[in-house]
Amino acid sequence: MSDGVYAANPYHEEERRHTISVLVDNEPGVLARVIGLFSGRGYNIESLTVAETRHRQALSRITVVTSGTAMIIEQIKAQLNRLVPVHSVSDLTIEGPSVERELALVKVVSSGDKRVESLSIADIFRARVVDSTNESFVFEIVGDSGKLNAFIELMKPLGLVDVSRTGVVAIARGPKGMAGQD
Amino acid sequence: MADIDMAKDQINGSEIVIKALQDQGVEVVFGYPGGAVLPIYDAIFQQNKLRHVLVRQEGGAVHAAEGYARSTGKVGCVLVTSGPGATNAVTGLLDAMLDSVPLVCLCGQVPTHLIGNDAFQEADTTGITRPCTKHNYLVKSIEDLPRIMHEAFYVAQSGRPGPVVIDLPKDILMALGDYTPPTKVKHKSYNPQVKGDTKAIAAAVKMLSKAKKPIIYAGGGVINSGPAAGQLLKQLTQLTGAPITLTLMALGAYPASDKQYLGMLGMHGTYEANMAMHDCDVMLCVGARFDDRITGRLDAFSPNSKKIHIDIDPSSINKSVAVDLPIIGDVGHVLEDMIKVWKSTQSKIDAKGLAHWWKQIEDWRAKDCLSYIKDDNIIKPQLAIERLYELTRAHNDVFITTEVGQHQMWAAQHFKFDKPNRWMTSGGLGTMGYGLPAALGVQVAHPDALVIDIAGEASILMNIQELGTIAQYKLPVKVFILNNQYMGMVRQWQQLLHGGRYSESFMDGMPDFVKLAESFGLKGLRATHPDELDDAIKEMLASDNSVILDIAVSPEENCYPMIPSGSAHNEMIFGDDVKVDGAISEDGMVLV
Repeated sequence: MSDGVYAANPYHEEERRHTISVLVDNEPGVLARVIGLFSGRGYNIESLTVAETRHRQALSRITVVTSGTAMIIEQIKAQLNRLVPVHSVSDLTIEGPSVERELALVKVVSSGDKRVESLSIADIFRARVVDSTNESFVFEIVGDSGKLNAFIELMKPLGLVDVSRTGVVAIARGPKGMAGQD
Repeated sequence: MADIDMAKDQINGSEIVIKALQDQGVEVVFGYPGGAVLPIYDAIFQQNKLRHVLVRQEGGAVHAAEGYARSTGKVGCVLVTSGPGATNAVTGLLDAMLDSVPLVCLCGQVPTHLIGNDAFQEADTTGITRPCTKHNYLVKSIEDLPRIMHEAFYVAQSGRPGPVVIDLPKDILMALGDYTPPTKVKHKSYNPQVKGDTKAIAAAVKMLSKAKKPIIYAGGGVINSGPAAGQLLKQLTQLTGAPITLTLMALGAYPASDKQYLGMLGMHGTYEANMAMHDCDVMLCVGARFDDRITGRLDAFSPNSKKIHIDIDPSSINKSVAVDLPIIGDVGHVLEDMIKVWKSTQSKIDAKGLAHWWKQIEDWRAKDCLSYIKDDNIIKPQLAIERLYELTRAHNDVFITTEVGQHQMWAAQHFKFDKPNRWMTSGGLGTMGYGLPAALGVQVAHPDALVIDIAGEASILMNIQELGTIAQYKLPVKVFILNNQYMGMVRQWQQLLHGGRYSESFMDGMPDFVKLAESFGLKGLRATHPDELDDAIKEMLASDNSVILDIAVSPEENCYPMIPSGSAHNEMIFGDDVKVDGAISEDGMVLV
């Protein structure tokens, strides 16, 4: 702790994007609790995914991407942690390296050169064709959000009509599991 | 045969509820019956251990349970029916949430097969109460009922206390099931930290001992931690020689009669407390949460201090004010450890620096910021509280509740508390109508004590129906109304902020409170002149019955000192003699 006024204050106003992983009891209303916390306290949700991860223990993992100043992010984590059905909260953005993935289904309607070009771009991005008609494709693409954004941008002039994205799922790299999961 | 034996041991859901309440040590439930909870009321009828107090509206039941809980340190218990029963309870639940009061509220619900069907008296109670409870449950199976009942009490009183709702569908209340008693098994996910980090505690002692201008700022966490925490707070304060100030929620946590006590801080706190907060170099925050009524303008809040914050709720740390040294834990445990370290390291605050600090504080004290202009012809509200305090000092145990507004602040300023759990007020939510039902809850818990609701004539009308409860149970609650004919605090803000345009803050059509009391079989008294005041108070105190004492006070008296919203601690205003127009900045206008 330094001597200056507020010198020990680690906070600055810059907003940052954080991916937060929350392990919760898979019980009715738990998602509403988490979402209600964000809306009630005015926090952002950029994306949110939820699914059961351990059936035997009835645990679900909620991955939420949010943004805020360091002080807000600390509040979000503390508020999440005090919800009764929350087992653990980890901030994948600051707690060491992590892997993030998102899946999108991208529908493109075109013909001729544009149709050929969409296919070749899909190839570059390693997107798969999961549905095809004479005038349309549905591509499945997996990657981080930036890659998906780039792919969708490129598809816009090539007849993009619809996108469905899963939102981000993430997990810490390395051998360590999240508390609450043996 | 085995099946029949098993079925014989089974009891219905309502009986499970009652048994669980008894095993959790509940003696009193405040409630109001209705269709969905009839099975529980039937079970209550058939036993003698659990007492039920019938209120007049569910909102009253929750405040009564709050009064019960805050005056005893136990969990308050509420029983209401589905739909409107549950929605009427919502305000009280949020009140308990913001003031960290442990409650368990049992709500009836339509049978499980009708849920979602817009059935008669159906409400999405868990949905509605989710943001205003610490946790809530909808019981969907009789097998879950005993566990949920016990878990609710655990959640309500562990960590930072709060209200818990259990929504009980009627078919569950009538289904047969097995009862299981409470267990000591560790909760699978909710286990708040109670012991503070030893390194942080050592660092806190070091930081505090190096202070030249220390202050201890203690809040409701000290009361919630229990009487031992109050004793430890006193010990640490006296060991260090530091000045101490208390929040509205903490009055009584440190004896007001002690010379190291600076009075309450915050918007209507004392000059010496707020100035000491502003000028201190080390602040020890004990179980308080840097509420906006405390801090005033945030960027000017105690600008030159290092801040140590002890709190059981990690979400209170760095919420509005960044602190230098957080200590997560129960204040009782942390204070105990701090005292040990303080003694073992033979810590001492520099005597010269401290003496200089106290001299500065005495100068602030000399301002006598709570003084007011006396009047021989009209009762000043401050005088009424002062006289009430003086005339009740001989009483063994006095419990004060309040409504919300000017009278609440005057009571906080002029009534002195030397013991914890004697002061019940709605701090965080500011719920008008809190005081009367809270007082009846306190009186149920302490039948022989003197319980007084210090009220305003506007607030009291918000739950006036509870006079019926007071009459039914012959509770000798005293109601001390400071009647200024206005919603005083609203009027004060309109005077200070809105050019004296008293929009809708005057109420005509007030009842005759003396006759109102008499119509419920209670005693009604009135005082309109300073000469009548003492006799009226004495007559009120002498009565075994519940009494409403209606005191006509000066209508346009303002509550000072005041930190106008958007201002800093060192920008207090003291009275109408200062220029109050424009006392509040444009930025402050938008604040509440």
